[in-house]
Amino acid sequence: MKRYNIRIAGVGGQGVVTSAHILGNAMSAAGKYATLVPFFGSEKRMAPVEAYVRASDQPIYEVGEVVYPNVIMIYHPQVITHGKSYTMPFYSGLKENGIVIINTEVDILSDEDKKVLEDLNTQVIMYNATGLALEIAGTELATNMAMLGFFFGITKLVSFEHIEQAVRERFLGNTFVASGGTASLDSAIEKKFKRKVELLEKNMQVIKKAFEIVEKEGWTEEKQPA
Amino acid sequence: MPEQKVVDIDYLLLEAPRERKFITGAQAMAEAVKRANVDMAIAYPITPQSEVMHLVGDLYAQGYLKDYYRAEEEYGTMSAIAGASRAGVRVFTATSGPGLLRGIEAIASWPGHRIPAVLGVLTRVVNAPLSIQPDNIELAYLLHSGIILLHAENQQDVFDMTLAAFAISEMVDVYIPVAVATEGFFVTHAKGYVEMTPEDMKLPPRDPYKAPVPVTDCEVPPARIQRDAPVQKSNFMSYLIHAVWQQEVWASNMRAMKYIYKYLGGPIEVVNPDADVFVVASGCAAAQGREAVRYAQQEGLNVGLVKIKSIRPFPVNEVREALKNAKAAIIPEHNIEGWLSKEVKAAIPNSGIVTDGPRVYGGMTLPVELIMEEIYKALGIKQEKKVVI
Repeated sequence: MKRYNIRIAGVGGQGVVTSAHILGNAMSAAGKYATLVPFFGSEKRMAPVEAYVRASDQPIYEVGEVVYPNVIMIYHPQVITHGKSYTMPFYSGLKENGIVIINTEVDILSDEDKKVLEDLNTQVIMYNATGLALEIAGTELATNMAMLGFFFGITKLVSFEHIEQAVRERFLGNTFVASGGTASLDSAIEKKFKRKVELLEKNMQVIKKAFEIVEKEGWTEEKQPA
Repeated sequence: MPEQKVVDIDYLLLEAPRERKFITGAQAMAEAVKRANVDMAIAYPITPQSEVMHLVGDLYAQGYLKDYYRAEEEYGTMSAIAGASRAGVRVFTATSGPGLLRGIEAIASWPGHRIPAVLGVLTRVVNAPLSIQPDNIELAYLLHSGIILLHAENQQDVFDMTLAAFAISEMVDVYIPVAVATEGFFVTHAKGYVEMTPEDMKLPPRDPYKAPVPVTDCEVPPARIQRDAPVQKSNFMSYLIHAVWQQEVWASNMRAMKYIYKYLGGPIEVVNPDADVFVVASGCAAAQGREAVRYAQQEGLNVGLVKIKSIRPFPVNEVREALKNAKAAIIPEHNIEGWLSKEVKAAIPNSGIVTDGPRVYGGMTLPVELIMEEIYKALGIKQEKKVVI
């Protein structure tokens, strides 16, 4: 059994909860298992948001927030630099041999942080996911797609087609409401992109590019999560 | 709403085909109500229960229920449930934490008044400071009321227990209320797979004449003892009436056990019965315990699970049998007081094997890692801790 207990930390407006749902739905599309627990907090732009996903090829029994993750994804550098997080330091509870993916333009980890992560034998990836989103999709709102792309590119838990199915379900399906705020944000994005289909395509291009980056950088999963 | 046909209780609960759906615990409870031929539901909203009674309100709007309304508050809700039930109809309500405590005087009178109602309890912190999170201390307040109390681990349990509750509560040799409890949010607002009976089948309607006590007959008990209360008689009459009546209530509670065997596969579930160390848990803590047992087995440790499904009647003999050769019993709970731990210790002769905890309270998550720590301790395994908290 391979189990990923994932904590995603970002700020309001980045689609942290949305991408947690897409991650779960992609697992489901692949015939695997996922459960998720959103933690909205104050639900506003730039305020801390956390979401927790458990993903496995076996049924998952446990519930509740992931206190001891083996994967941590940081969608916004301010989670670390400004402490915009419910869990401080950002790696609190991280298990040995885990993966940390941070969206940042520059190296934002202190020597102390690096020492802790090294002692835990953590695979640390820092990449400008927002830059990638802007370059490919023309909007920083696709940052979450880049982060998802990195995660699935590294873990190879599901295929590109399964992710596409989940993203399609999210943007073209009409049954999903993460929250009222997210729904209104969607309509703002839709106006920007004119057409939902185009939105879907741009998102998928970001994920595809993220897959390519993982290959090019050689970020394969060397260490099995505990 | 599809045309629903009445089917036999045993057929619906034990044999009917089932279809798998991915739904929340709140939906699972409402789906059970949909198939239970419920006449009337009365609601008073409180988080995290609101979703259940909202969905039951939708059922009324679709025509599944004959009546539904929002009461003035929980005391009114629970009193009206008693009135409606005594008039002969099948009733349902649900509440959470502070709402349960507000209604508890009326709820505690249901068994004595022989009210076969079904009560959903979606747990929430009750004590100050105020919180809406799923601490389950409120279930301790139900343990001495005479009500049958089932504790659901997941969405599937919520469906099965709620549907079975309607059948069990109306058995002539039981005829007392059944509470189906589960943790708020962790189960009510999270999705899980649920195998459900067809939407177009429902339980037979309540037959108010198939009862150990008459419906709305003010000349004989139980209505008579409200109209003409023992408190107005001599002390000795008062002692006697109360004593025989409560003996019968608790005997009814015990008699529910055979139906818990029949419809829910028994009051406990044991995983790996030959284990040295057991996690003993109910409700959502049993899910965490199940995960811990899986992790432990992957590490080659001989660990088992005793999941307790029925808190009242408490399966004294079954728990005693399951733990007779155990070296340790670890009891994870979602409350500060450890009511399950006390129940287990009182039931077994070797209570020294019980580890009180791990416990989390205030409704926080119960990490499997905390249970693993107790497992390592019980087996004398030293773990090097690297995790930064």
